[in-house]
Amino acid sequence: MTNKFLHLSCLFLFLFELHSKSSPTSRKLIQPLINIQSQGEGNKEAIESWSEISQLPASAIPDLLNAMNLANNLGDNWIRAALNKICEKNIKSIPIKEIIKFVNNVSNQGDARQMAFQIIQTYKPQRADKLIPTFIDDPAPVLRREAVEMILKQARKADLESEKIKLFSKALQKAREVDQIQEASNQLKETGQKINLTRLMGFLINWRTIGPFDNSGRKGFSALYSPEKERDFNAQHDGMDGTISWKKFSTEDELGMLDLNKQYGEIKEVCAYAQTTFNSKSEQLAHFRIGSKNAWKMWVNGKLLFARDEYHRGITRIDQFVIEGILQKGTNRVLLKICQNEQTQSWTKQWEFNLRITDPSGTAIHSSNSVSK
Amino acid sequence: MKAFFSLLILLFPPLLLSADWLNFRGPQGNGGTSITSITQLAIDSKHSWKSELPGRGLSSPILVSGQIFLTSSSGPKQDTLHILCFLQENGNLIWERKFKATGRTICHEKTCIAAPTMVSDGKVVVAQFSSNDIFCLDLKGDLVWLRGLTHDFPNAANGLGMSSSPVISKGVLIAQVENDADSFTTGINLNNGETIWKNERPKGANWTSPVLLGLGPTQKVALQSLKGISIINPSTGEEFWDYQDGASTIPSSTPVQDILLVPSNGLTALKSLPDGNSHTQLWQDNKLGPGTGSPVISGDRILVINKANVLTCAKVETGEILWRMRIKGPASGSPVATISHLYFFNEDGLGQIIKLTDKEGEIVSTIELEETILCTPALAETALFIRSDKHLWKISQN
Repeated sequence: MTNKFLHLSCLFLFLFELHSKSSPTSRKLIQPLINIQSQGEGNKEAIESWSEISQLPASAIPDLLNAMNLANNLGDNWIRAALNKICEKNIKSIPIKEIIKFVNNVSNQGDARQMAFQIIQTYKPQRADKLIPTFIDDPAPVLRREAVEMILKQARKADLESEKIKLFSKALQKAREVDQIQEASNQLKETGQKINLTRLMGFLINWRTIGPFDNSGRKGFSALYSPEKERDFNAQHDGMDGTISWKKFSTEDELGMLDLNKQYGEIKEVCAYAQTTFNSKSEQLAHFRIGSKNAWKMWVNGKLLFARDEYHRGITRIDQFVIEGILQKGTNRVLLKICQNEQTQSWTKQWEFNLRITDPSGTAIHSSNSVSK
Repeated sequence: MKAFFSLLILLFPPLLLSADWLNFRGPQGNGGTSITSITQLAIDSKHSWKSELPGRGLSSPILVSGQIFLTSSSGPKQDTLHILCFLQENGNLIWERKFKATGRTICHEKTCIAAPTMVSDGKVVVAQFSSNDIFCLDLKGDLVWLRGLTHDFPNAANGLGMSSSPVISKGVLIAQVENDADSFTTGINLNNGETIWKNERPKGANWTSPVLLGLGPTQKVALQSLKGISIINPSTGEEFWDYQDGASTIPSSTPVQDILLVPSNGLTALKSLPDGNSHTQLWQDNKLGPGTGSPVISGDRILVINKANVLTCAKVETGEILWRMRIKGPASGSPVATISHLYFFNEDGLGQIIKLTDKEGEIVSTIELEETILCTPALAETALFIRSDKHLWKISQN
């Protein structure tokens, strides 16, 4: 066990005690599920505790839900298994009131609250139905979705157009997930309503791009071209066809799609960089939601957030990759590298991307500047 | 009755296991079985049944000790992962476990996150999903261990979805996680989920499954990729021999004892030599190239369905083509076969049962399921098991 792991374990234990009024016995038993780490680390300890964990009484359910607040996604699944087992064996003594309290406490993690809600749905479905409308402004997208779906159902059934418009408008205002936004938006457009999806969803549409750079043999993805080192928009760079400079590039596509073929022509085995600035009112946790069927890299303020070396496996989607990062207060620099490969089939023509930035609930964060400077 | 059944398992495990279908494409991983024939199958026979399934799924059912194990995925993002256990006798759901995907769940609309087929050693069952989440449970549904391979390696994913079904050999689970970005195959300790070995693999989307070559302590595992075949030691991941003339990334290889029939340049037969470290090529025929489904073995015959829905029968040892016939496609799943019959369901849910001889194939009966079928059936002594998104069927003899 590494020192780092020991420190983390102590921190988990401390936080667990803060969050929970659990008995020391169940807390000790559950701890290995919180400690689960990548690459199988901690599995052995979890296995050793498992037979006792699965025998815990129903009164341990709140402890397990609290533990989900602290576990990573792997530990989360271990705890789900324990909760399912305990609930199945103790149907009559499931502490529904305490579980509802847990769901209603928005300081608990969204996944943990969703699990708690699922227990209520399974064992007290009527109580669950009553909870759904209260999720309409919930910070957890998975719960908010339930409430939006309820409004969408009402809207689909509404006979009067005015009622339809009212309900779909409300759904659109509250929805944070792409399929729900698109359904409400499409329905409203059919009734003649004007919807600014670009603004609503927070697509970044004004960029500067520079390219093309060589990507023969798909080597450009890893190549360190000068725009990755030089921040100045006015700097000149050596491209594959000579000296190149940053050029403005924007889109009118309502879903923020930027088609690099329009900027450079339909060329192959190339890559280009796209850069924009984003003004944030405060330092905040953000979701950088990129869609691209090309290989790409994304840096925010010089830090590589993620890189994906895959070409044309499916279409470009909205929110295809949701990457967590930090927006600093003031100006943030977002730099993308979008690569095109050598394939010649008609479905490999696209060289494109879209990007929007949201908070963790999926609400668009808007920059105080919308044009790259 | 339950106690008697448990006692039987304890006393005669090999006897009972012989009726099991523990992994993708059955006991030998080649779609074939030693069962002589199952005929007179009918969806309205006395012992046939149909059970509802949640969400979506194109994994195949596996059969273990009188139970059926199966996966599904549900939810708007397909991130709820289901592992289900049914009773073979009546289709009753015995237990269901739900987990949350920790890897990517975006995929092509034709496939889904519950694409890989489960595997069992008769004591535990293991479910792998397209999100590269892996769960090992005992037969009662208790979690033994879990892994999240995309959680561990965030670029291990395929934008179209993944479908490779794992195998178990010598206490090691072998999971192929091969894709464009972070491509690897790993050996995981079946007892505790710890990684025993992890090998970098050729970069490129790969939907094929590993297969087992041979039996007992010298058993090897064949890994297929766009570059060809790699035969490895399941305990260490070390390579014994390879074949580098390319191979398909959709239909998988078909093993028959020490022969491996590889979808490469049509179909190529490779024979592992007694030293275990080398091979010889028996034959190659570009007229035997499979479509989406993998070739199947029936006795000493290989049967292949090509992209044009032509079923071809050939001799395993020589590749000599015995006959051809047209069947009704389109085909996504692989066929399965007894010694005398081949069973194949097309995407429209039409089951075609074909009597096989050395001279010809003859469709002797059909079954209309009237739902989209993309999976490969499982065979038992007197019945066939198959699933759609919404249903699991037992189609029994009259």
